[in-house]
Amino acid sequence: MITQTSKKPEIHIKKGQIIKGKWHRHRYHIVKKLGNGAIGSVYLCVNGNKQVALKLSKQSASISSEVNVLKAFQAVQGYHLGPSLIDVDDYEATNGFQYSFYVMEYISGDTLHDFIRQNGHEWLVSLLIGFAKDLQVLHKEGYVFGDLKIENLIVSRKPAKLKWVDVGGTTLQGRAIKEYTEFYDRAYWQCGSRKADPGYDLFALAMVIVRIYYPNGFSRGNNPKKTLQLKINQAVDVDPLRRLLLMLIHGSIKDAEQVKDFLLTYFIHQKNKRDQRSASHKRSKKQDSVYPLLEVGSILTIGGVCYLYVTLFM
Amino acid sequence: MKTGTLKQILLITDGCSNQGEDPAHIASLVAEQGITVNVIGILEDHHSEQPEGLEEVEEIASCGRGVSQIVYQETLSQTVQTVTKQAMTETLQGVVNKELTQILGNEKTMEELPPDQRGEVMEVVDELGETCDLEVLVLVDTSASMTNKLPTVQEALIDLSISMNARIGRSRFAVYQFPARKKAIQQLVDWTSKLESISSIFAKISSGGITPTGPALKEAMYQFGKSSLRRRFIKDDYTNIEEA
Repeated sequence: MITQTSKKPEIHIKKGQIIKGKWHRHRYHIVKKLGNGAIGSVYLCVNGNKQVALKLSKQSASISSEVNVLKAFQAVQGYHLGPSLIDVDDYEATNGFQYSFYVMEYISGDTLHDFIRQNGHEWLVSLLIGFAKDLQVLHKEGYVFGDLKIENLIVSRKPAKLKWVDVGGTTLQGRAIKEYTEFYDRAYWQCGSRKADPGYDLFALAMVIVRIYYPNGFSRGNNPKKTLQLKINQAVDVDPLRRLLLMLIHGSIKDAEQVKDFLLTYFIHQKNKRDQRSASHKRSKKQDSVYPLLEVGSILTIGGVCYLYVTLFM
Repeated sequence: MKTGTLKQILLITDGCSNQGEDPAHIASLVAEQGITVNVIGILEDHHSEQPEGLEEVEEIASCGRGVSQIVYQETLSQTVQTVTKQAMTETLQGVVNKELTQILGNEKTMEELPPDQRGEVMEVVDELGETCDLEVLVLVDTSASMTNKLPTVQEALIDLSISMNARIGRSRFAVYQFPARKKAIQQLVDWTSKLESISSIFAKISSGGITPTGPALKEAMYQFGKSSLRRRFIKDDYTNIEEA
C-alpha cells in the first residue's frame, strides 16, 4: 500500500511538449525550463495566449503541500503574497506514471545579482524595505518562508520590487523548516535552531545580502559564527548595513518590521537629515555673505548720523 | 488518527555485503515488524563507473519498504534528511491510504483522489509528520573503504538530529556500526534525543574486509524492542511520580 515514490523515475520534459491535465483537461505548451527545485522542476508555459509557470514533480505529496500554501496565500485579503495559483492537476506521462503539477502566475524579472550590477548598490535598501514588509505580512499570517535564498528571489520590473518565486519551503510557524539551503540556514551556521520562527527568515535575509557581497559564498570553517562575522566585517562597507547584518545573524532583531524601521531610520531619514543639514549649511553661508553688508551698512549709517550731527550742531 | 512511533533503520554503506544472510530478505522481515529500512549508498567523490553496490542498495530499501538514495560524499547531510523525511511521509501516506481504503473502499489511494481532496488529505499527512514520534537507528558500515567518509557521516547525523528536533514530535536516535568484533553490530550511541553532542564516535574502528549487512540489519531490528521496553519503564516511572 505504500507509495514508492522512489521507484517512480524522474521525468524530463522537452521544449515544445504539451502537458495536459488529467482532471481539468487544460493544455500547457512548454516553452523552456526555468529552474530545478528540491522537489521538482519549474517550466515556462503558454496556455491560451498567457505565459504561466508550471511546477511538475514525481512527489505528488510535496506538490499538494505547496498548493496548500499557495491557497492559504490567496486567502490573504488585499495583499499579494507570492505568485497566484492558477491550476492544480496530474499529468499522465507516456511511461505510465502519474506526475503532479500546479500552474501559477509567471513573474518575469532579473536576478538580484543582475539587478544590483546594472542599477547599483543604492537600490538594495529600497528593495529590502519593500521585501521586509512582505515578510512581515507573511509572518503575521503564521508562516515562515523557509528556503529564502538568492535563487528564489526575483526583481520584477515596473515597479522594481523584490519578490519570492518558489514557496516550496514555506512552513507553518512552530514546525520544522520544510526545505532549506545550507548557506542560508541558521542551524548550519550554528546561530540557532531549524524551527520555523520569523527569526529564521531574517537570518536567511541577512545571508541573501551577504551573498551579494560574496557571489560564490564561503565555507563555514571551525567556528561558523565567527567566520560569518569576520566575512561581514570584511566586505560590507556601509556602516548601518553592516550593523543590521550583525544584528540579524545574532538574532537580536526579532521581526521584519524592525528591519524595515531600521532601514528607514538609517537610510531614508538619515538621508533626509543629511539633506537638511546641507540645506542649513547653505543657509548659514548665505547669512555669512549677508553679514558683512549689514556691518558696512550699519557703519555707514552710524558714520552718516555722526556726520549729520557734526555738520548740523557744531 | 493515531500513528504511534515511526520506526526506521537508516543504513549507510558504500558497497555490497559479502557475509551472512541476504540483506534484502532480512529487510523484508524487518519491514514486517513495522520498521522501515532506508538505505544511503555513498560513492567516492569522483566515481566514473556504474557503482557496484547500487543494485543492492535499491533492493534492500525496496524490500524494507523504505527509500534509497545514492550520493556523493559532499551532499550527504542534505540526503540523510531528505531520505528520512521522505520515508516518514511515505509511511504516513501508507497509514492514511489504509484509512482511505476503509472509508472509500475499492483500494483508493491518495494519488487517485482529485487534487482538491488530495490537498486536504495532505494537510493531515503534514500534520502527522510534524507531530508523530520518530525513532531512527542509524547503522553505519565501517568497513575499510568507508574510513575516509566517516567524518562526513558524523556531520550528517548531527545535522539530522538538528532537523528532526525542530519538529513538534519527539525524535530518538541510536547509532550502531558494523562489522564488529565477535558480534553483528556494535553500539556507538545509545538511544538519545540529541546527537548534537556526539564527537568522534567512529574513533575506534575495527576495519576489515567483511561486510555482513544481512546479520547487522537483523540485530538492529532487535534494538527497537529494547528501546520500547525501556521507554515503557520510564513511562511507568513518570506515572508513579504523578501518583505520588
